Amino acid sequence: MTSLAITVVGHDRPGIIAQAAEVLSGCGMNLEDSSMTLLRGHFAMTLICAGEADAAAVEAALQPLLNGSLDVTVREVPEEPDLLPLGSTYLVTVHGADRLGIVARLAGVIAEAGGNITDLTTRLSGTLYVLVAEVDVPQSTDIESLQARLADVSAELGVDCTMRLLENDQL
Amino acid sequence: MNLTLPTLPNGQVLNVLRAPSQVLSISGSQVDPSDASIVKLCADLVATMRVSPGCVGLAAPQVGISTQVLCVDVSGHPKARTSHGLIVLVNAEILEASRNEKGREGCMSVPDLTGDVKRATKITVAGQLPLSGERVLITTDAFEARALQHEIDHCDGMLFLDRVTSAHALHTRKVYLGPGNAGAS
Repeated sequence: MTSLAITVVGHDRPGIIAQAAEVLSGCGMNLEDSSMTLLRGHFAMTLICAGEADAAAVEAALQPLLNGSLDVTVREVPEEPDLLPLGSTYLVTVHGADRLGIVARLAGVIAEAGGNITDLTTRLSGTLYVLVAEVDVPQSTDIESLQARLADVSAELGVDCTMRLLENDQL
Repeated sequence: MNLTLPTLPNGQVLNVLRAPSQVLSISGSQVDPSDASIVKLCADLVATMRVSPGCVGLAAPQVGISTQVLCVDVSGHPKARTSHGLIVLVNAEILEASRNEKGREGCMSVPDLTGDVKRATKITVAGQLPLSGERVLITTDAFEARALQHEIDHCDGMLFLDRVTSAHALHTRKVYLGPGNAGAS
């Protein structure tokens, strides 16, 4: 059993996902986790699939998909254990005037505190830049000092930043 | 069910500011509801809301004035349950809030994005009426509750962006053109 990481990026049109899924199914590859979105109008898909086919065979099978307008990469990846976060998950929201380095600076503060960003969306809308990140924070991290540090760096960058505990309603 | 509002003068349509305008991030100051400039601001907010298609509420920071003044009108909106008609409040605050539900919100100050936001669907809000300064309590639900919370947030320098529920809760606003609208500029 091999696990393959596949990325498909390029010009959006109807049918890309249908075609890619058909090819993978034809190769006997089971589509596991995937994420697909449009980024400034570009089609962008990342997925992990598992099966018996090797990366080269799957890449060759995906060739007809390329059509001159899509980039496809396929590579084998090791199995990663599903680790449950030991601390808490926080949602960090940032918005303000776009400038170079917002993500770099704030993600740097989070990394310094031992926080692990597990999901991130950024959007540029006119001159407005918005970032929403889900961050796993270990129990050993001092949340208040992380929040204070994010507030300081946000003030330097001239952006608004909030960090809230992500509610999880266990039913 | 309608709120008995004092008669406001004719308002002037103002320009609605968009994020990242700094004034949208500042908590508005409490003001005297009988002050002539505040009464005019109330009228201007209503006039601006009325001419803006689909707009069900507006707050003073959105027109560049950092004060605790807002208007809401969800009359006839399909998502509204209780509706008090036109609401204009000065120095509004939420006294009680319960029964959170997620809904997708847009905002004239963030025109190209929408976001999923959890808000209370049952609230009691206290505030003062313009001109008279009379203190009123409004208990409402559903869409009117959401609109009031959104506008009270504006008065506190908060946008819906500060309250989205996850990294996947931010969306690019989609404009659907019906056959009658296709090609319209």
